[in-house]
Amino acid sequence: MEYVRAFVVGGAICIIGQILIDKTNLMSGRILVMFVVLGAVLHGIGLYEPIVEFGGAGATVPLPGFGYSLAKGAIQEVEKVGLRGAFTGGLKATAAGITAAILFAFIASLIFNPKAKD
Amino acid sequence: MDKIQNMKNEYQQMVKKTSPNSNLLRDSVRAFWVGGTICAIGQLITNIVKSFGYSKDEASMIATIILVFLGILLTGLDIYDSIGKYAGAGTIVPITGFANSMVSPAIEYKKEGYVFGVGARMFLIAGPVIVYGTITSVIVGIIHYFI
Amino acid sequence: MSKHIGNQTIKFDLPPSIIETASIVGPKEGKGPLARYFDTILHDPLWGEKSWEKAESKLVNKSIEKVIEKANITPEDIQYIFAGDLLNQLTASTFGIRNYDIPFFGLFGACSTMAEGMMLGAMTIDGGFADYVIAEASSHFCSSEKQFRFPLELGTQRPLTASWTVTGSGAVIIGKNNNPPYITYITTGKIVDLGIKDPMNMGAAMAPAAADTIVTHFKDTGRTPNDYDLIITGDLGYVGKELALELIKKYNYDIENIFSDCGIEIFDAQTQDTHAGGSGCGCSAVTFCGYLYKEMKNNKWKRILFIPTGALMSPGSTQQGETIPGIAHAVVIENQLG
Repeated sequence: MEYVRAFVVGGAICIIGQILIDKTNLMSGRILVMFVVLGAVLHGIGLYEPIVEFGGAGATVPLPGFGYSLAKGAIQEVEKVGLRGAFTGGLKATAAGITAAILFAFIASLIFNPKAKD
Repeated sequence: MDKIQNMKNEYQQMVKKTSPNSNLLRDSVRAFWVGGTICAIGQLITNIVKSFGYSKDEASMIATIILVFLGILLTGLDIYDSIGKYAGAGTIVPITGFANSMVSPAIEYKKEGYVFGVGARMFLIAGPVIVYGTITSVIVGIIHYFI
Repeated sequence: MSKHIGNQTIKFDLPPSIIETASIVGPKEGKGPLARYFDTILHDPLWGEKSWEKAESKLVNKSIEKVIEKANITPEDIQYIFAGDLLNQLTASTFGIRNYDIPFFGLFGACSTMAEGMMLGAMTIDGGFADYVIAEASSHFCSSEKQFRFPLELGTQRPLTASWTVTGSGAVIIGKNNNPPYITYITTGKIVDLGIKDPMNMGAAMAPAAADTIVTHFKDTGRTPNDYDLIITGDLGYVGKELALELIKKYNYDIENIFSDCGIEIFDAQTQDTHAGGSGCGCSAVTFCGYLYKEMKNNKWKRILFIPTGALMSPGSTQQGETIPGIAHAVVIENQLG
């Protein structure tokens, strides 16, 4: 059941992205930015946590989940250390993902070359 | 001036009528099942990690690292873009798509050198995501402090 | 007597001859419907080079070498090269041509460059300023994607209105009036911009320019569609072709039965997944140098109107929200004079 919920919630978020691509001609980069901001804002007003509770990875794996982690980190850190936590909490909570992406992307650039398409 | 504007408006209508539209239903079905599958795999990895005694948050973090790794590996192997052509948002929106957006320019621009090619271009798409995500999180944190 | 007729057209007194052509294309073009017309088909789009840009420069270099060889003359016989491509500062052309000891005019007309080169070349010959000139244009799918769109490995979907940049280079040698086919008329296009902003729908951005040039050509020369066996635009693709046809009909010219587009001819849209069709400077260049030139030599057509089209935008202008200016130049190629 857990997997079905992750599948459905994650798939539904992707459909929203697809509608934006097909209907508005938005480039993928803009959609990623919108989704991250959306995830952070929704968590700020307390609406994303329930989605995570229900969908698990279906809510955390898509990009709004990245925004959610940023906002959640900031809020938790603010509760721990006060206002300065707003400056440290977000990136602290998402450091693993960002660092992994930087490191692996760099290693990949040492190994791989772009391929022509047909 | 009005005449030219009218001509432009009329032409925009013509273009709208002539240009084929994407098949939204088909695209959405594809985005749904591929995106959903990536998330279900994410759930599976999280559960496996959790079974080693990690907390929910730790497991989710480790799953993210693994998914990022897989996204980058599939990009390097020239597979991710083919899935992306089929799945659209289904592969753009998950964290693997974020990883793809970092590694694809890194590979493409390595001919321009490791500093200004790989190092700088890696953030072509991911940069704005991190910028606006971070700014939003700071604002959310500050608001949370005051209320 | 003035050679300039009407508003935008030149009629050559002694029409220059297109002496020889050469074309080199990438693997995808080599699997397309026009494959048998090309001189060289590459198996590797990188052609043993270290970057896409270097590969495109090699296309330029080798197509010029090939056309000189086929014409049985030497590089010393060529007085000018007119060439261009899509890359910043004409990277492909200048680096491809730098080892030739031949005076060079670099041209930017986006995908209309081949016409620009042929027109200026024909004028140079007719003016008596040279005996032989080369006009050349190139594009490369990978270098264009990198500059204008996305990294190759980025997982995105291409809209149905998007075109596929042709990998290829075409070169022609134009010389004094000798054997057919001849360049008899040229109609230089004006920039036309009807406010299209979408760089993934370049056919729509260029169609008004193509229609404008074709209609102007008829008015300037007094000719009608019946005077031509084929009217072929550069890279309007399926969307742009429909639009151009509709726009031309408003001026009471019906060209439907003899109208085609290089971007439609070069790929098989059903099996090659090229959406709106081929594009890029190389699209009209290789289609002319391969298909059109060789079939004119075979007398399949006696008189054609060849109209390469260009979308004159840059990645920067698109990001700044600018609309896309279009241009189209018409060249008349005929087998018989008088």
